[in-house]
Parts: sequence; C-alpha cells; structure tokens
Amino acid sequence: MSRTDAPWWVRHFLILSAAGFVAVLLVAPAANVLYEAFLKGPSAYLKGIADKDTLHAIFLTSVVALIAVAINLVFGVAASWAITKYRFPGKSLLITLIDIPFSVSPVVSGLIYVLTFGLQSKLGQWLDNQNVQILYAAPGIAIATTFVTFPFVAREVMPVMEAVGSDQEEAALTLGASAWQTFWHVTLPNIKWGVIYGVILCGSRAMGEFGAVSVVSGHITGQTDTMSLRVEKLYQEYQTQAAFSVASLLLFLAFVTLGIKAAVEWRLRRQLTDAARKPEPA
Amino acid sequence: MKRRNIPGFKTTMGATLAWLGVIVLIPLSSVVWTSWSLSGAEFWRIVWSPRAVAAYKLTFGAAAAAAAINAAIGLLIAWVLARYEFAGKNFMNALIDIPFALPTAVAGLTYSSLYATNGWFGRFLEPLGIHAVHSRLAVCIVLTFISLPFVVRTLQPVFEDLGTEAEEAAHSLGASRWQTFRLVIFPSILPALLTGVALAFARAVGEYGSVVFVSGNLPMKTEIAPLLIMGQLENYNFAGASAIAFVLLVASFAINGGINLLSKWSRRYE
Repeated sequence: MSRTDAPWWVRHFLILSAAGFVAVLLVAPAANVLYEAFLKGPSAYLKGIADKDTLHAIFLTSVVALIAVAINLVFGVAASWAITKYRFPGKSLLITLIDIPFSVSPVVSGLIYVLTFGLQSKLGQWLDNQNVQILYAAPGIAIATTFVTFPFVAREVMPVMEAVGSDQEEAALTLGASAWQTFWHVTLPNIKWGVIYGVILCGSRAMGEFGAVSVVSGHITGQTDTMSLRVEKLYQEYQTQAAFSVASLLLFLAFVTLGIKAAVEWRLRRQLTDAARKPEPA
Repeated sequence: MKRRNIPGFKTTMGATLAWLGVIVLIPLSSVVWTSWSLSGAEFWRIVWSPRAVAAYKLTFGAAAAAAAINAAIGLLIAWVLARYEFAGKNFMNALIDIPFALPTAVAGLTYSSLYATNGWFGRFLEPLGIHAVHSRLAVCIVLTFISLPFVVRTLQPVFEDLGTEAEEAAHSLGASRWQTFRLVIFPSILPALLTGVALAFARAVGEYGSVVFVSGNLPMKTEIAPLLIMGQLENYNFAGASAIAFVLLVASFAINGGINLLSKWSRRYE
C-alpha cells in the first residue's frame, strides 16, 4: 500500500458505490430474467420453451448464426492475412470500411437489404422471377446477421497475426512448404486463440441480433421468427412467462459466452505478451 | 505495392474486397440511390418533419444523458477495479461485459419488467411519481445499460498504465488527495474518458431492440429515430425510410470521425 492511498472509509465508500451500481444496473436485470422465468415453477418454464413455434425459432437462430459465423470466419481470416502480411496503399481505408457495420444502426442494417432485395428494386424483381426468396425468409435473416457481425473475426484475428509476425511463415516457405501447408500448419496454430475469440463474439452477437433481423424477417410465426423476435412477439401477446423462458435461454448463452471469453482472453493476452517479449530478429 | 515473399495476396485481397462489396458497400449504397429519387423539398419534408425532429431530439438527448451518466459511473467502476483489491473483484470485472453479451431484446424485456408498477424497482419508484417505463426516462435507463461497458473498458488500461509515481510526487509536494486527483490524474485520463463517452454515445444513438420494449413508442413523445424508419417501411415508403436512414448514417459517421480524432489526441504523447 502506497502513501497516496485514500483512507479506508473513502476506499470502502467507492467500492460499495461501484458494487451498488453494478448490482442495480447489471445484476438485477439478469437475476430478474431468471426470477420471472422460474416464478411459476419448472413445468411452466419448460412449457414456455417446448412450443412448436419457439423450437423453430431456436432452430432458425442456430442455423443463421452458423451461416454468419462461417462466412465471417473465412472473410475475417482472409482479410487479416491480406492486411497484416503485405504493405499496400489504402490499408487504413480498408480497415475503416471493414468496421462500417459497427457504426450502422441495426435498423439501417436491415433496411439496406430491404432496399437491395425488395420488389421495388431491379435485383428484387429479377430474383422474384427466378422464384428465389431472400427477403422475409431465412436467407435475408442470414445476410443481415452476416452484415451486423461482419467485422468481429477480422478485428480479433488482425492484432494477433500482426503480433506473431511473418518470420515463421517465411521459414516454412523457404523450407519448401506450399502456401496452403504453411497456412494450415504454421499460421493457424499461431492465430488459434484470436480466431476462437472472434468466433465467440461473432456467434454470440449473431444469435442475439434483433433490430436488423426484425426489419428483414417479416415476423412469420413458426417460419421467420428468431429467438429474439420470438421474445418480442410473446411479450406483445402478453405471454410473459413464455417470453421470459425464451429470454432465459439467451441469458444462459450470454453467460456461457462471457465464461469462454474470459478463458480465451487470458490465453490471448499471454500469447500477445509472449510475442512482444520475443526479441526482434536483426 | 511492395510484396514480400509470402503468397496469397491476390486470393485474400480479392476475397476481402469481393465480400466487402457484396455484403457491405453495395447494399449500403442503396440508401443513397433510393433517397436520391426524392426531390430536395420532399427529402427535407421527410427528414425534418416535426415528428422526425422530436425523434432526433429524444434519440440524441437520451444518448447524451446515458453517456454522461456512464462517464460518472464508468469512471468510478474503472477506478475501483484498477486501483483497489477486494473480494469479488474478478467477478465484478466479468459482470461489466453483460451488456455486450446479453441480446438487446432480453435487456428490453427485463428492464420493462423491473420498472413496471409491480416490478422490483417500479414498486418503489411509481409511488414517488417516477415513471421508468413507457417514458423518456425509460429510454435513458436502457441506453445507460447497453452502453455501460464502454467507459469502463476504455479507462481501465489507462488507470493501470498510469502508475502511482506522479501521484506520489504530487503527494510529496504537499498536494491533497483531491487536488492530486483533480490536477494530476484527471487531466491525464481525460482523453480516454472522452473517447469512452463518445463510444457509449455512438452505441446508444443506434440502439433499437431494448428501447422498443420499454419506451412505449409514442410518436412525438417516446419514439426514437430508428423507429421512424420502421414507420416509413410499414407504409411501403422506401424512399422516406432511406431518407431518414441517410440522416442517421451521416450522424453516425460524423460521431465516428469524432471518436477517431479523440483517440488520436489521447495517444498524442506515445
């Protein structure tokens, strides 16, 4: 303890106030979800989930999240490779463009696909003539979700790839490994934790997205409702118990995400400090 | 263009630009094309109608209020987490990310129930005449929740890097603790604090999911700007929807530009 530490009562006051804000703003909302979900007992809770339309919403949410994660995983690793392994003009512009979805309001994120694929657009009319339905169907939900989670993997993989550097890849290539072998056996093990971290953030956001999918889904019960949209519909239909049952599943998902995130963050930080400690080759 | 001897530039850059174009840039440009079909007068009538102006005022006002509340609470929490040791500290640290991980629909649902007349908090607030659901206050409260982690997470590393040398020097030169905080610590964390506040503001301005559950969505009173777009879409007025989207996009890019300037300023001594 240094001489500049505040007296004990100041410290206790500050710690207790901080804990109070955390309790009221963060813990109470989470606890209230569980309270409301289990208020009428476990059978009412399960009845709220074991509904045909809710189960379909869980299925749709999982499929959409898988698609969004898969697309953004491939994109994120490719973009990180292109950005960290080479020097080219306009690099910071490219990074800014990749970050755009972070600063676009979710409703606007949905709107742009309504404008692109809706019947009022040329593309929308053409797709309609081919009997391809994107809007108000699963593909539209998947695309809007992909947009919203677009930067997540790239943002997390880039700093790790940058920190690890390219020396090992250059060595592998000199020793005669193919490009694909080098990526698979040298790069991927090095960036593993960054990739996992990005995938977790991306998947968690994809499963919880509300605004963007609300615009493109069409809200067809049992067909285009995701879990978040199902929560809203049940709430509007005054089925509060069922709404909280479904919400509790999303809450568990959030806790699992936070748990894995904390574990991965710890490994990632260790890797980044190790990489920083490694002496630079002359 | 300098290429090192690592293969894959064409493939990865091609894939990156293709995806970026197809998923982000081309769809986003549709906002510009669609609002282009409006005449200047029509555009203005839609984006500056009394109802739209009321919605902008609520959106930016509530987001600013939430960001200001977060400046105070975030400063407190970041300070406590960075400087003090206490039981449950790691747990508290992990809880800070709840708003990032919790889907906004769940946040909206649980906040509307907490502050309802018979809710945990509402039963104490309603008798005092404080209506924290279906009101502007409700919008402020959920926006505070969803943007809470930004200030904490921006300040934490700064407090940790700051060390205690400058404070000890100030102390040995006879400064009181409050003087030390106000004159030594606060100026050095101010850029990071402002960056965190701006990030919180930017996030709150675009928020939709949690607000629609708690605000009541009354035009002119508790309707936020993203809801205007929903209203235009329900009337199949795509040009009107994109006109408002255009305004929101310009606003969020301007805020982003401000954030970039702020973070450059906060790194000016590095």
